[in-house]
Order: sequence, then C-alpha cells, then structure tokens
Amino acid sequence: MTSAAAIASDVRSGTRRAADVVEEYLSQIEAHERDVAAFNVVTADEARAAAAAVDALVADGRDPGPLAGVPVAYKDNLCTRGIATTCSSRMLEGWLPPYDATVVTAMASAGAVMIGKTNLDEFAMGSSTENSAFGPTRNPYDLGRVPGGSSGGSAAAVAAGFAPLALGSDTGGSIRQPAALCGAVGIKPTYGRVSRYGLVAFASSFDQIGPIAGDVADAALALGVISGHDPADSTSIPAEVPDYGAALREGVEGLRVGVITELAGGGSAGGEPDASLGGSDPEVIERLHESAEALADAGARVGRASVPAVTYGLTAYYLIAPAEASSNLARYDGTRYGLRVAGADAEEMNRLTRRAGFGAEVKARIMLGTFALSAGYYDAYYGKAQRVRMLTRRDFDAAYADFDVLLSPTSPCVAFPFGERSDPMTMYRCDTCTIPSNLSGDPAMSVPFGTGAADLPVGVQVLAPAMCEARMLTVAAALERAAPPLRSPRLGGGEES
Amino acid sequence: MTAGGDWETVIGLEVHVELATATKLFSAAPSRFGDEPNTNVTPVCLGLPGSLPVLNRRAVELAISVGLALNCDIRPSVFHRKNYFYPDMPKDYQISQYDQPICADGFLDVPGGRRVGIERAHLEEDAGKTTHIGGADGRIHGAVGALVDYNRAGTPLLEIVSRPDIRSAAQASAYVEEVRAILLVLGASDARLEEGSMRVDANISVRPAGAQELRTRCEVKNLNSLRSLRNAIDFEARRHIGLYEAGDAPVQETRHWAEDGRTHSLRSKEEADDYRYFPEPDLVPLVPDDAWIEQVRASMPELPAALRSRLDALGADPADAHVVVGRALAPLVLGAVELGADAGRTVTHAVQNLALDGAELIEPRQLAALVAMETSGQLTATQAKTVLAQMCLRARSAAADPATIAAELGFEAMESGELEALVEQAIAENPQAWQKYCAGEAKVAGVFVGAVMKATRGQADGKAVNQILAQRRNA
Repeated sequence: MTSAAAIASDVRSGTRRAADVVEEYLSQIEAHERDVAAFNVVTADEARAAAAAVDALVADGRDPGPLAGVPVAYKDNLCTRGIATTCSSRMLEGWLPPYDATVVTAMASAGAVMIGKTNLDEFAMGSSTENSAFGPTRNPYDLGRVPGGSSGGSAAAVAAGFAPLALGSDTGGSIRQPAALCGAVGIKPTYGRVSRYGLVAFASSFDQIGPIAGDVADAALALGVISGHDPADSTSIPAEVPDYGAALREGVEGLRVGVITELAGGGSAGGEPDASLGGSDPEVIERLHESAEALADAGARVGRASVPAVTYGLTAYYLIAPAEASSNLARYDGTRYGLRVAGADAEEMNRLTRRAGFGAEVKARIMLGTFALSAGYYDAYYGKAQRVRMLTRRDFDAAYADFDVLLSPTSPCVAFPFGERSDPMTMYRCDTCTIPSNLSGDPAMSVPFGTGAADLPVGVQVLAPAMCEARMLTVAAALERAAPPLRSPRLGGGEES
Repeated sequence: MTAGGDWETVIGLEVHVELATATKLFSAAPSRFGDEPNTNVTPVCLGLPGSLPVLNRRAVELAISVGLALNCDIRPSVFHRKNYFYPDMPKDYQISQYDQPICADGFLDVPGGRRVGIERAHLEEDAGKTTHIGGADGRIHGAVGALVDYNRAGTPLLEIVSRPDIRSAAQASAYVEEVRAILLVLGASDARLEEGSMRVDANISVRPAGAQELRTRCEVKNLNSLRSLRNAIDFEARRHIGLYEAGDAPVQETRHWAEDGRTHSLRSKEEADDYRYFPEPDLVPLVPDDAWIEQVRASMPELPAALRSRLDALGADPADAHVVVGRALAPLVLGAVELGADAGRTVTHAVQNLALDGAELIEPRQLAALVAMETSGQLTATQAKTVLAQMCLRARSAAADPATIAAELGFEAMESGELEALVEQAIAENPQAWQKYCAGEAKVAGVFVGAVMKATRGQADGKAVNQILAQRRNA
C-alpha cells in the first residue's frame, strides 16, 4: 500500500496519473467493501472526475497541491456539496448540503480526491460504529470485531486500503480510539486549530476535525492542509500553520515525556488506577510502558506525570456533551430538511419526526442533556461539569510545567466483538483516556504500537499542550520508528498489500 | 372604578428594536424586508447542519452606541442559547445575551424631569415569520398549513430593559419617544412601532401610594403604537386596582393588548417554558476593549437632549424642538440656521412641512437656500412648502436645489406693481366687501386674498396682499 505522500509526489512529478490511483483504490473497495462496510456512499464518478482534473493540471504544467491525486474518505458528518451527508442517521437520509465544509474545500484545493463518505455512530455518538442507522462497519483486522467509533468507517477505510487518508471528527476520542483499534494514526488537533464549519455538530465545544492515516507523515501532511484560521468559525484560532513535515525530522533528545499515572493502571496492576475508570487491558499497559522506554532509548527524559482531574473526565464529559447535543440536535424538527413525519400540527410533526428519525443512543443522550440543563438541575450537573473541565485544564497546565508531552493508552482495550459492550457505561469507558484532551482542548493523537489480545493493534496516545502539534508529531514519529511492525489486516483473498 | 390618589402605577418597559445593519446578526445575508420569502438566507439563517454563527461587528457597535447614550456600562458579555421548539426558529434555539449583557446599569432622563433606570440592553437574533394558511384571516385556529419565511431570521435585535421607574402612561410614552429619538439620532434603528422594527412590552403593577414594595406584575404585549401603550397601561392599572379593591389580586402572567381596548390572558408564569439557557459554544465571549468603546463614543452624534437645548437657544418652542428632534431633523435645522437661515422659518418648515420621506436627506445648505428665498420675498410660504416637498422627493438625486425647483415650477417673485394691480382689480370687483373692510371688519380681507390667489393660481404671497390692502385703506 502506498502512502499519501508517495502518491502526491508521483502525481505531481507526472510519473503516476491520479486517474490510475483512483482506479486502484476503487478496485480495492470493490473487492472488500462488502465485508468491511466502511462507506455510506462511494463517490466513484466524482472521484474519477476530480482525478481527471488533477491530471489535467499536471499536464498543463501546474501544481495541483500537496495532496495531488490522493484519494480521501470523509466521515459522513462533513458537509459535501450536492452529496448526501447523513451522519448515519435516518434523520438526514437523502439531505444534500448546498455547501462544502471548510476542510473539504481545503483538501480539494490541495489536490485531494474524495472517494466516499464513511460510516459512523449516528451523529458521532458511540465508540464502535454499532450505532449507525445503516449497520455497523467491521474491523479489517478481524471482521468479527468493531472498528471503534465514532469515526469507525474512516479508520476502517484506511486500514482496509480503501483510501490512504481519511478525515474524522473527535468529540470524546472519535478519531483516536478507532485509529487505535484499526492500527492507524489519528490526530485530534487543538480545539480551534481546524475549522468546524460544515461539520455537523454533536457537542460544539469539543468537536474537532482531524486526519486518520496509515502513518504519521501522512497524518501530518493532511493536518497541515486542514489547519488554519477560518473566519466562518468564530472559535477557530488565527495562527500560522507550522511546517509539520519538518517536525517529523526532529529528534526527541532531551524532551520531557510524562506517562499519565492516573491512566497507566491496568485493572488492579500498576499505576494508581481509579476504580471508576475500570483500568486498561494488561497488554495495553505493557505497550504503553514499552513505548515510553523506546522514547527513553531515543534520548527523551521519561517520568511519571499526575493529572488528577482525568478521573472525573468521563462523568463531566457525559453531562456537557449531551447538554450541547440536546440543543444542537433540536433543529431536526421536520420543518426545513431531512426526515419529516406528518402530524396534525407543527408540534406533533416535530415529535413524530424525532421519534422516527433518531436511534436509541441519540435519544438517550438528548434526554440526558435536556435533563442536565433543566431549571433546578443546571448547577448540580452542567455547572459542576464545567468546573471539572476548568480543573482538568488546570491539572494539564500543571503537568505541562514539568513535561513537554504526556503519554497514555489511547483505548483501554483492543477491538472488541460486536455486541460485547451493549451496556452504555461499558461502552462509555472506551473513551476514558481520550476524553481529557477534549475537556482541555489540547491536541492528542494515537500511534500504533504493537498488539494486544488476539494479536490486535494497540495505540499509544501522545498528548501535547495547546497548539503544540509539531512537538506531538515529533514524538509520534519517534514512536513509529520504534514500534514493532504491524501485521496486515485480514481481508480474505485478493488484497493488494 | 378609577385610579384615584390611593394607588400608584409601577411600570417597567422592554423595548425591542431592529438594528439598522446591512446584514444579519450572525450571517452575511442581507437584513432587508419585503423581498421574496426565503431569498435573504444563508445556511446559517436556515440553521443548516454544520453552519456556524459569526458575530456582526456593526451590530455590536450600534449596541455600544445605544448603551453609551443610555449611560450604561459597556461590559464583557456572553451569548447564550435559549432553547425552545418553534418552526420559525431555524435552530430551535435563539442566540441571545442572558446574564451577561453588553450594556448594563444605565439611566435615561426623560423630558419632563423623570430619570428612568436602564437595567440592561442586550443583543439577540430575531426569528422567522410564520403564516398560517387555510384558516379564517390567517389565524392558527382552523389553518390547514403554515408557511415559514426565514428572511427575518437572524435579524439583529437590541432589547432595552428599563427598571420599574415609570409611574404613568404619559411617562411611559415619553420614555419610549425619547428612546426612539436616541435610536434615530444614532442611526441605530428606524424604530417604527407600527411596522414592528420597534416593539414595546410593558410590565405593569400597582401599589398603594407611598409604598415601596413591588406587587405582582403583568407583562402586556402587542403594543404597536404609543396610543395602545398608554391605553394598555391605564386599562391594566385599573384592572389591578379593581382586583385589589375587590379583595382579590392579579396573577403574574403575560397578557395581550387587543383591539377591543382590553388586555387578555396569554399564559401564566406557572406554565412558563424552561429555556435551558447555556453559553453558546459556537461563539467566543464578546469583550469590547476601551479603545473600541471610545472609538464608538467619538463617532456618536449629538443626542436628543443636547439637540433640544440648542433648538431652545434658537428660540424654538419646546414642543416644536421635540418634534424636530423626534424626526431626526435637528442636524438639518441647526445646520441651516448656522448657514444664516431664519431660525423661526426653519423650525416651522421642519415641524409643518417636513414630515416626509427623504426629509432627512436634505442638506442644510439646501434648506438654508430655500429659507433665504422665502425671507427675501422670492417665494411665498405656500410656494416654499411646494418646493420643499419636491426637495424631499429628489433628495436622493443631485437635483434638489431649491432655486432650480422653483424655476421649474414657474415660481417667480411677482413684481409688486403687478400684485397691486391684482389687488385693485379684486377691490373693484367686490365693492361691498371693501366697504366692510374699511369699516374695520378685518376678516373680509380673505375675500380679496382669495381672489388674488385665484388669479395667480396660488402663487401670490398672502402676507403681501394683506399689506397692500392695509396701505390702501390707510391711505
């Protein structure tokens, strides 16, 4: 499987045609999509047209950009003009956005070629992609297991070789956790680093778009393309975008790396686990410590960091995120777009539409969030959760006074079989290690580092202070160099890798 | 049952005004009315999935200028979401400032001597407009469907909330007029009550005269004129007093002012919605720095109170000064007088002849030129009025020069000999009237003036005719 960087380089130099690249990936999709079910729609015609346009630019002696001819899969909660954007919900089935998300425009301007829209947990609410209204996506490393979520379709697409690059969104770990479970690299940038304009909102103060890729270099390449200020998103940060590629060539000598004590516990072994967190698989903890050793071997100064507030992260998150979601999803009322179930009056139409259009998990979170914001409960729930959020921010700041980056597992476990985590709390615990970065707004990413139970991929999470993606990438690249080689996915016969 | 001296009415007003921005509060769609439904909309106005609000800088500046004019503190503020389901609310929440408004804690000195506290003035977005179809008179009851126009959705509103410092319908009316004059002078809104670009809700309660307590209040809506504001206050105060005097008490509720001259219960506070306010995560806190506030302050024109005192200094009647300022014509009048125009004539024109669209666009030098033509006898008062009307019509074009217009209309000062001849003719044709006039019946002068006017098709100067008549009689 070729990298996005190699494809772009070949297409720009004219040694490879974007049209041929697209056909290669379309035939891989043709061969295996039935098993993996990564896509809600494969945009073959649009991809061929876009590839032809890229080739025409090259033939014309012009540079299509740093992602020239690179097929890219978009999570189906990113608006794409004239192409169905469903959020894997009955509610938005058939809705055609009249505009492109800012990131989609940025990718296209860089020469990327959209190959399809990927499956997700409905409205990005879930950690397994089992909550999709259109059926689950399967993990290419074991088709009997989940790919993680909510960006499960994007992670599976990259792992299955359907696209070298994908974009996902991360509200509580929705990029990093599926990347970890699918042996891919996934980045949640600093909140505000990437424009959210055109990302269908789940929880606005957490949502952030980021790349999922086969390696750190490709993820860095895509991050550079989608980062930057966007006047259409008031929370986007007006700051220059550094050369993330250069960061990959830096060493980690002298960097202070802190392993987060509170997240380094395995059930009852090691660290100082918090009972409510449930702990991580022993193999996951072993890979974490091996990764820290690998960084020490490369010259980093490794120590133990304490971020006490992370133990409350899950609880705080599951109040604030549903609260925002209850408001963000109010607009699906049957009036203007998407599903409409007729009723005797507007109120009944609204009620019937929402009853039919939303799945069980979405309804549960809307009710939870509505409750948390209600008069008389606001201070006890939403207000208190916001204070935990401030505390988390403060604890991270304190930790970053002593460390340049932090390490933790990405997911407490490897990919699990379908249906295994039907209890919501068990499912929610999948995000224990990723949620703190959404609360703080700081960047974090998952890098594959060896395997755990059933020879399935394990991801290590690198966390960095706000706007320090370059430093995070330096460490991720060092981890990637030290990681044991990952086996190939099991997609049955005919795979090209 | 009347509101005797035993009871005092306590009134607080909420004034909502549409800010005069070119675009909406959170999107680049034009903030304009009367266009085809759903044409002035963007993904933001329609609440399309993935769309995000971006705050309109001009709306903030207008809000700051109004706040400064109302002696408010300009404070760091936060937008909240007010959550409720309604089809003309595109996101099913309204973005509004809640417990941290941009303007707080000010006051307004209302003409007549009363100081009314301003609790706050905050920014919020307007909703769309629902039209029920199929029912009688477009009413909800019996309607078979509804059409929603989102052109108005997202229009910037400023809600100005007074403290309960107002004590009578007249004061309430004066307060609203003064707020309106301020908005007009600042160019912050066209503030038309009848057209809904200014909406007033009144919170009304009564208490025994001399008491300090605040009793149960009712909020009255649908007040689309100053007259309905005054009548609704009087009605509601009488209703409260009646209830108390009957040993009963009003309940806190929202009431609707109706054409039958009564208020009607809409909903009581017990059924009030829980709006689940929380900070709008798609916007960052709005923190105007001192430099920005001072820049807005420096760009503000003179306020109505100052304008009125300058008009007073010119000898204008206070009522006339009030009208001139209320029509936002004070800069025009003061400018024209500064250029040498006769103050009395200028004010009179502003009060009597300039209640016209386009009047605000006339330039002071044009009005000064017109008044000069009149005082020098080139134009009669009637002609001057006609020329002014033309100037208003043409104010947007370059051809609003009074001399040009007068020439076009054929208004040329009549030679005094010519006018005398016409007066002589009128006397000759009405000998009996002339005898009466000479005998001291001054009002028969109208016969001669009328005849001369008829002969000149209204272009003669009535004052000059009277002078000639007097000269002839005294000769």
